[in-house]
Amino acid sequence: MSTQVPEQEGEAESSADAETDASVESPQEQRMAKKATDRAYRDAQKKAQEEIAAAEEAVRMKVFRYDPEVEGKQEPRFDEFHVPFEKGMTVLDALMYARDHYDPSLTFRHSCRQAVCGSDAMFVNGQQRLCCKTQMSDLEWPVRVEPLPHQDVVKDLVVDMQHFYDQMHSVEPYFQGENAPDGEEQKQTRENREKIKMSTRCIWCGACMSSCNIAAGDNEYLGPAAINKAYRFYMDEREDEAELEEHRLRILEQEHGVWRCQTQFSCTEVCPKDIPLTEHIQELKREAVKSNLKFW
Amino acid sequence: MYEHDVIVVGGGGAGLRAAIAAHEEGADVAIVTKLHPVRSHTGAAEGGINAALREGDDWELHAYDTMKGSDYLADAPAVETLAQDSPEEVINIEHWGMPFSREDDGTVSQRPFGGLSFPRTTYAGAETGHHLLHTMYEQVVKRGIEVYDEWFVQDVAVTDEDDPSERSCHGVVGIDVKTGDIQGFKANDGVILATGGPGQAFDHTTNAVANTGDGYAIAYRAGVPLEDMEFVQFHPTTLPSTGVLISEGVRGEGGILYNADGERFMFEHGYANNEGELASRDVVSRAELTEVNEGRGFEDEYVMLDMRHLGEERILDRLENILHLAEDFEGVDGLKEPMPVKPGQHYQMGGVETDENGHTCIDGLYAAGETACVSVHGANRLGGNALPELIVFGARAGVHAAGGDIEDAKIETGERGNIEYDDTEMPVQPGEAGIGAGGEASTATDGGAVTQDATAVVEREVEAQRERVEEMLSREDGVKHSQIRARLQKTMTQNVNVFREEEGVRQALRDIRDIREAYEDVYVEDPSRTFNTDLQHTIETRNLIDIAETIAMGALVRDEFRGAHWRKEHQERKDDEWLKHTLIAWHDGEPEVFFRPVILEGQNKTYEPKERSY
Ligand SMILES: Cc1cc2nc3c(=O)[nH]c(=O)nc-3n(C[C@H](O)[C@H](O)[C@H](O)COP(=O)(O)OP(=O)(O)OC[C@H]3O[C@@H](n4cnc5c(N)ncnc54)[C@H](O)[C@@H]3O)c2cc1C
Ligand code: SF4
Ligand code: FES
Repeated sequence: MSTQVPEQEGEAESSADAETDASVESPQEQRMAKKATDRAYRDAQKKAQEEIAAAEEAVRMKVFRYDPEVEGKQEPRFDEFHVPFEKGMTVLDALMYARDHYDPSLTFRHSCRQAVCGSDAMFVNGQQRLCCKTQMSDLEWPVRVEPLPHQDVVKDLVVDMQHFYDQMHSVEPYFQGENAPDGEEQKQTRENREKIKMSTRCIWCGACMSSCNIAAGDNEYLGPAAINKAYRFYMDEREDEAELEEHRLRILEQEHGVWRCQTQFSCTEVCPKDIPLTEHIQELKREAVKSNLKFW
Repeated sequence: MYEHDVIVVGGGGAGLRAAIAAHEEGADVAIVTKLHPVRSHTGAAEGGINAALREGDDWELHAYDTMKGSDYLADAPAVETLAQDSPEEVINIEHWGMPFSREDDGTVSQRPFGGLSFPRTTYAGAETGHHLLHTMYEQVVKRGIEVYDEWFVQDVAVTDEDDPSERSCHGVVGIDVKTGDIQGFKANDGVILATGGPGQAFDHTTNAVANTGDGYAIAYRAGVPLEDMEFVQFHPTTLPSTGVLISEGVRGEGGILYNADGERFMFEHGYANNEGELASRDVVSRAELTEVNEGRGFEDEYVMLDMRHLGEERILDRLENILHLAEDFEGVDGLKEPMPVKPGQHYQMGGVETDENGHTCIDGLYAAGETACVSVHGANRLGGNALPELIVFGARAGVHAAGGDIEDAKIETGERGNIEYDDTEMPVQPGEAGIGAGGEASTATDGGAVTQDATAVVEREVEAQRERVEEMLSREDGVKHSQIRARLQKTMTQNVNVFREEEGVRQALRDIRDIREAYEDVYVEDPSRTFNTDLQHTIETRNLIDIAETIAMGALVRDEFRGAHWRKEHQERKDDEWLKHTLIAWHDGEPEVFFRPVILEGQNKTYEPKERSY
């Protein structure tokens, strides 16, 4: 089964502006600027939420529940949990509290608690987010937690990631350069490393894929994460054989490849690693056009 | 039952490297892992990976720094192997496409790290582990190595001779987390445990929730000694609210620590007059806690780490990730404010006793990565030395398990040769209680016929584990594992932390004994077979109890002060008595302690213990 995508709930976290803004700021500066705006917004929110917290002392959470095996849980439903609020509490902290104190059968993936393992992407208040890096005080309460949309639900908040992994694997996600000098490192310019840097940050959380309308409608669409992975190798100057580049472009240009992307920016908006996904897809489209001119 | 030549348990840095090496030797390899490989905790490593790559540096210097850093409790053959193999291994991963940070001339960048006499830490921003993990996973995909992800390994299947060093390992038993199905994995050539660290034994840790030290407990109950478990590394710079790590790279680049009086205490209070903030981790952790204990901390809990003076450009170039961590997890802007930090559990120096080829005393059973104690870190690990350990010893274990050509090991394992037994009075008979739902490994418990047929050994273990799970799921009432785990973490943090006192450690052992008893009544509330994390965490909690006990026992017997092991009553390093490893082996349901001398003789020289001053 799949969950439905509820309406976006007007979270004021639009990063699309920063991405489309054609000013001269470097992507790094843009990210920092965005952080600053977000922070101002969050500080205000936090204050407001802490006031509520002081009054209520507990956050309310509505959590999606489903288990194909257990009677009474086969019909999807929402359970409500009241968790004592503490300053700095993340959505993951709250889920863990609810599980450890109220209901040990509440099931979700998590591990690192520091936004690197990619296991706890969920649909929180109508947006794909990593629970471990989302502060409770930044959200409107009650906080609604659901599994990632457009993926089959295994149980409670756990979705089947297989399709996502398959798409990632389908772009040959591994370095294939053949120029390595024996016993010494290959050279790579700082500029080139900088160029691919953001694309190498992907933690395979699946948030982007889940937010993408195209992927929702076309199961074979490679999806933003896989295309970004291909970008990472295509742009790496250490992989510089023309044949290989052409091979990579062929994969990307297939029917369900880059040309499906309609530049809706939803992937870029939700990516917890701030990867400019839409921009990378656009760049690859340009590369494809260039190579077509060359080959035809 | 599944069958492969080599079964690697764990898909972190060590497991992936081992799998690739075994594959290159022509073996049919499979990785069985409770998390998908890219979710492994290696991805959290930030600072970097040490390798003597450049002119002016060489492997001998790296070996020397490591021996000194270890406070002379590492074995020289292991340390020299690490130092010799890491340059090649690092270049290897560069050839696999690892996006290292670069110098102007396009070569891999290196940075200074605590305790190193040369800036030999190669890195990829402040996300070195992430890139290392992903680069190696990509190579696993490229080679088509089979991965059973979200399979939780409960135990190894080992024959039941009385003497552990006569036993052999024929496979593992795991639960398919998605369905609850329990299956055997037969290994024709070898099993490699690469399950990462046991940070969850403490309540303030940089480690992932999945780091429950399963491999330690599994090997231990099968009869392999755990070595030097008392040496737990506490990292001096973790964020107070979560334990998220602020990389040593910050201090490497010139970050400054100060107390609530605004003093740069590492110098002003004389903790490390030469190296200051870059003294090794144990020194800095103790300094911070002393500051806090003496009333010079912030909110009686932490000190401040300041990097503002490094300038925005340098911070963005080399430490951008730190800005995000400080912001997302502590709400602090590292460009404008100092960051609050305090010590947190970070790394387990000790582990499953192996030789330089990753082999344990049980035939066909290997360990690698943080799970193993080769021993390269001794009493204190230098920053940037764990990642090379993963790839150097991961690769060697893989080669050896696959029957590849590799030199004989110089390090001895098991209860052979030059060992001496301990007679410390323990406050309770540890180990004894808690047989209930935890279930003992079926090793040597048959009492009857000794079976040698590999398939039968695996089948028997599968049966045992099915029964155990059946029993746990059928209980209708009892104690939640989460309560038990919280008690365990609390007593460890209170009593076996950075500072250790004899009475405290004894108290921890008494508490652990009570916790074992409580565990007999543990019950799994979730009745489902589908993705039953309640069941999995319950089994993990049992593993943590065994591990915590060995840490506390080691901490009690070692009455000296060495590296990360600080004892109030014993404020000196006692080289006459203690240049030896602590080993704890599980004998018929009880832990037994013995010792083996440290090997200080290297290839060309002997490492003479010197005072460790920074
Ligand atoms: C925050 C942080 C930063 C660090 N920074 C550095 C650094 O800069 N430099 C450095 O040298 N070192 C660093 N370290 C140390 C180093 O990263 C770790 O020691 C190392 O990554 C451990 O790797 P591993 O392969 O042994 O285990 P992990 O990467 O933890 O992998 C363990 C694997 O085992 C699997 N597993 C566990 N139990 C089971 C089971 N029962 N059944 C099946 N599978 C199982 C897991 O799924 C996982 O795949 C850091 C550590 C931390 C925590
Ligand atoms: S690109 Fe971003 S959102 Fe997509 S999987 Fe990677 S980290 Fe997650
Ligand atoms: S728990 Fe690892 S990304 Fe959130």
